[in-house]
Amino acid sequence: MAILEAKGLTVDIPTEDGTVHAVRNVSFSIRPGSLFGIAGESGSGKSVLTQAVMGLLPNADIGGEVWFEGRNLIGLPQEEMRRLRGGRIGMIFQDPLSSLHPFYTIGAQIAEVLHAHEKISPADARERVVEMLGKVGIPSPAERYDDYPHQFSGGMRQRVMIAMALILKPALIIADEPTTALDVTVQAQIVALLDAMRRDFGTTVILITHDLGLLSSVADDVMVMYAGHRLEYGRAADVFRAPAHPYTAGLLRSTPASYRPGTELAPVSGRPPSLLATPTGCIFAPRCAEALPRCSSEPPPLRRFSDDVESLCWLEDGASAARPAAAAAVAAKAIKPELVAEVEDVRLTYHVGSFFGPKRALDVLKGINLTIGRGETVGLVGESGCGKSTLARIVAGLVPATSGHVRVLGRDMSTLDARQWRDMRREVQLVFQDPFGSLNPRRRVGAIIGDPFRLHGLASGEERREKVRHLMERVGLNPEHYNRFPAEFSGGQRQRIGIARALALNPALIICDEPVSALDVSIQAQVLNLLRELQRDLGLTYLFISHDLSVVRHVCDRIAVMQGGRIVEMETAERLFADPQHDYTKTLLSASKTLPAFEEGGRRSLIETRVAS
Amino acid sequence: MSTVTTTETSPQTEVVQRGSFALTVRRLRRDTASMAALCVIFAIIVLAIAAPWVAAMTGHSPIEQFRDTGLSPAGIPVGPGAEFWFGTDQLGRDVLVRLAYGARVSLLVGVFASLIASLIAVIVGTTAGYFGGAVDLVLSRLTDLVMSVPFLLCALALVSAFGPSLTLSVAVIVFFSWAPMARVIRGQVISLRRQDFVLASRSLGAGPLSIMVVDILPNLAVPIIVYTTMQIPNSIVFEATLSFLGMGIVPPTPSWGGMLADASSNSLYLVAWWLIFVPGTALLMTTLAFNILGDGLRDALDPKSARTMRRLKRRPKAGAKP
Amino acid sequence: MIRFLTHRVGFGAGVLLVLSAFVFFLFFVAPGDPARMIAGDKATESQLQQIRKNLGVDRPIVVQYGAFMQKALSGDLGFSYRNQQPVAPIILRRIPVTLSLVLGGALLWLSIGVPIGIMSARHVGSLRDRLGQAFILIGLSFPTFVLGMMSLYLLYFLPKQAGFTLFPAGGYKALSSNPVIWAWHLALPWTTLALTMAAIYARLTRGQMLDVMGEDYIRTARAKGLTERRVVWKHGMRAALTPLVTQLGADIALLLGGVIVIEQVYGLQGVGALAVQAVANQDRPIIIGVVLLGGVFIVIANIVVDLLYVLLDPRVR
Repeated sequence: MAILEAKGLTVDIPTEDGTVHAVRNVSFSIRPGSLFGIAGESGSGKSVLTQAVMGLLPNADIGGEVWFEGRNLIGLPQEEMRRLRGGRIGMIFQDPLSSLHPFYTIGAQIAEVLHAHEKISPADARERVVEMLGKVGIPSPAERYDDYPHQFSGGMRQRVMIAMALILKPALIIADEPTTALDVTVQAQIVALLDAMRRDFGTTVILITHDLGLLSSVADDVMVMYAGHRLEYGRAADVFRAPAHPYTAGLLRSTPASYRPGTELAPVSGRPPSLLATPTGCIFAPRCAEALPRCSSEPPPLRRFSDDVESLCWLEDGASAARPAAAAAVAAKAIKPELVAEVEDVRLTYHVGSFFGPKRALDVLKGINLTIGRGETVGLVGESGCGKSTLARIVAGLVPATSGHVRVLGRDMSTLDARQWRDMRREVQLVFQDPFGSLNPRRRVGAIIGDPFRLHGLASGEERREKVRHLMERVGLNPEHYNRFPAEFSGGQRQRIGIARALALNPALIICDEPVSALDVSIQAQVLNLLRELQRDLGLTYLFISHDLSVVRHVCDRIAVMQGGRIVEMETAERLFADPQHDYTKTLLSASKTLPAFEEGGRRSLIETRVAS
Repeated sequence: MSTVTTTETSPQTEVVQRGSFALTVRRLRRDTASMAALCVIFAIIVLAIAAPWVAAMTGHSPIEQFRDTGLSPAGIPVGPGAEFWFGTDQLGRDVLVRLAYGARVSLLVGVFASLIASLIAVIVGTTAGYFGGAVDLVLSRLTDLVMSVPFLLCALALVSAFGPSLTLSVAVIVFFSWAPMARVIRGQVISLRRQDFVLASRSLGAGPLSIMVVDILPNLAVPIIVYTTMQIPNSIVFEATLSFLGMGIVPPTPSWGGMLADASSNSLYLVAWWLIFVPGTALLMTTLAFNILGDGLRDALDPKSARTMRRLKRRPKAGAKP
Repeated sequence: MIRFLTHRVGFGAGVLLVLSAFVFFLFFVAPGDPARMIAGDKATESQLQQIRKNLGVDRPIVVQYGAFMQKALSGDLGFSYRNQQPVAPIILRRIPVTLSLVLGGALLWLSIGVPIGIMSARHVGSLRDRLGQAFILIGLSFPTFVLGMMSLYLLYFLPKQAGFTLFPAGGYKALSSNPVIWAWHLALPWTTLALTMAAIYARLTRGQMLDVMGEDYIRTARAKGLTERRVVWKHGMRAALTPLVTQLGADIALLLGGVIVIEQVYGLQGVGALAVQAVANQDRPIIIGVVLLGGVFIVIANIVVDLLYVLLDPRVR
């Protein structure tokens, strides 16, 4: 008996460019009381699917059936659907700040759910809301009832959202990336809360996420989606132990969370397909490492295995479990003692004038000491607001420090005159987080990568074009795309453009500020590997900033852990993981998920094949 | 994203790439309202250019008073007919010829004043937005000041002090029009300045001027084009209003606002409807055409703006597919 | 809060100072002799000298300005050149007309513009949206005086020719004497004002609502199972309100300074009509007075709007 059962669900969204086939022929069923995980990268259709089912996408064409409590949700009259929403099915969204109305108190926003579905006096509603706020872990809930969302921290806001979703004790809760916008340590708390609430209230949870590590730790069942297709489906334990579909296997291999020292990440090559076209064969075939000739011409059948794992694939035995051979063992890097950058007791204090009140001093950096040797990668890890990006800008010389010294190649940043500062630009370069914001949308890629030469008057005309083409090739871009605009490239490619621009002047130090955190897992690995490869070939020095310990571990020689404007621990990467000293480091480590290693497959056998209709 | 065709490793499948200009033109041509507006604007430009020919063809100069043929024995203007297509005014002058000459004034003032106002707005807005701090404070306060001045009153005061003239009209319109656009540009520049690509240019050693011209200005093209287009009808109405109040173009030079003012004095238009409906309609059609074009340009240039959602929105399907 | 208020009042005083200096110096540098205007062409040079001395215009400009500001602060704006009466009462007499016109008009344009904007935004792309957009474009494009004259012709003159009076031609009847007659006389001016202003508000509302309705918290409101009406009016409008209030404050203030064109078309003896007459008569003290009055309204409105803004948005408190 399933609490929710979808059969042949299809969602089409008309756009100016054509119809986006966001979800195609997806079926699943959810056991009562279970935690059902939907995994997928951006564009996989995982969020569209649930929102369409809930009637939150009014302009989408929805086909198929979704059965919930004896009713088919597709085509349900609007009024009945409205009563189900909030009443029988609660929803939690990604960003709790934008998901809460900024102008109403959180208490009023939760009480509104009660008033919308029940006849209840304001006093009773208040009492129930306060009780619920207490249950989700808001301290002194009665006082905080009348506070506005902006007065809460990110994690507390998400607790408010959870209270709102749970207040009517719905049978089902849909949590759409509930932890993505939160810091690592808070993520763990929110997931634990969701899990606890599920047990307390007997609620079934659908957890939608791109984070496989998260699912592997809490989900009972998982469904892996890619470009609107359900590629794999089964019990979480079975799927993560031995993925049956090559895509799931590829995803797991490319996740830094499954990194083992001494191995390379194995990226899934290529990029996600357009959702406008209907593929003739398997949607994943162009990126699949194990593709057979028929994969690109015939739609794959549905294979069901002995452990009830289902896979939409031509492979009869499931994906190969073999990890790619570790790339030629990375020779221990000989780090020369020569220092590229030296940060000495750097402090930064902002004076913020509040709207009404007097000015306050805000210490962003409280005495940072850091050295970066030539050829080395130093990681800087910390949660949002710890000052790591600010430090990056100070090291780059873009923001002056309040006190302390930053020396790059022995020259003190604060003593440079305008001319020297300009020359220093050749030595320090930045790679940014946001692949959309870091490239001027109105300029051609050739011009963007050629900017360093233009600004420093180094090469012009054909010579510059030749250099740009060479750089594009170096970072794995097609040099023929010289004349295209950034919008014509995907996120991963744009990050390559940003790297090419940073490389152009052959700088002594490249500062990578969260270079992969805006990218999908399968693309992340491509960019991380590129950075490593470039370092090996060109002897680059990186300062690598990230909130994600597993990413940093993969690329860094030494890691500095930052908290509240201070470096609390600084150690070589493997030592830090093996033997963390500081409490905060330990918290971070325990909060970051690691994936179980796959077992060698072969224990499952194919029991059924349904040919695609 | 649909035009993205490259793949990183697999062989590419090439789809026709359209430049942003070609795409814009294509979107604009699909928009019938904008195309109609363009035709109207074109017609008015032709009318303005051809004004002397209109005068020659009808044989009526714009300031000549036809007291015999153009006025009834009681001194009432003659309505539209074979001799005077759009009738005559209170002095027996040909409304059609005056309309054609009036179009010159309206277009000239409208386009000219809007261009200068845009130029000032771009300079002020970009400078204030890019440099911030004290520069921004001074320029923003100046913008606020101009916007919080009762502009028509001040225009009246100015005209009463210096006497009406074409130059003064343009100057007054420019002075009171640049501020709203400067505020928009400033906002855009501030959000652009925070973008990483500006930081990237700065970290490459680009100076403020280079960043403003190379990095920021191209991203302002859409608001500049749209706002300038939408400023033109405002300027035209502003000029007509000044003339209507007797503070704009000096008679007997024909202007649409002046024609309407003549019609309004002594409530003459109550017996000669064409005196308001002819120049009034011309004025309305012109401003409407520019406004529609501005809207259409915005949609075509910036398809992400919510307005273009119109083609996407559909009613939800009532029944489910079996 | 106090800091914020003093800041705003300070800026307001600055606006008024700049504005008064602007008009004052404007007339000083402008050609024309006020004494000649008062005395007429036949006056002798000695008579003119005497008048100049009485007016104080023979003193240096800065001294004149200082004296003017000193008096102005106590409410004395000098005397009209034309009929030698004090300026302040002349202007004050005109205010009820303008106030009736603007406040009634504001009520009307809000009740037309905001619903059209919301309807247009809620049904983006539908026929209703297209009609709403057509209303916006036509309203924005219609010059006020053309609309005024056309409606006078169609709604006053044509019915009158046919033998009955649908609306009066204009003029103002005091509210205190008979509210119905008052409203009847203002009906056409209100409509003319409201139709052109409603377009601005419909466009603003539509744009705001389109932005707001795409926000995550609207999705949350729907996910809570609220009725669509509640989602739009309580959650959507609440968030879209702030810019509307800002615009309303600025517009009312600007118009209170004189609804020049409409008063002119409908023969209403309000502040705007006074300004036009003063310009025609070169009656400088009146012009200065009206401009200053307009400035005062704008400064007050700015402060009120800022205070409302703080009330409306808990985040800036």
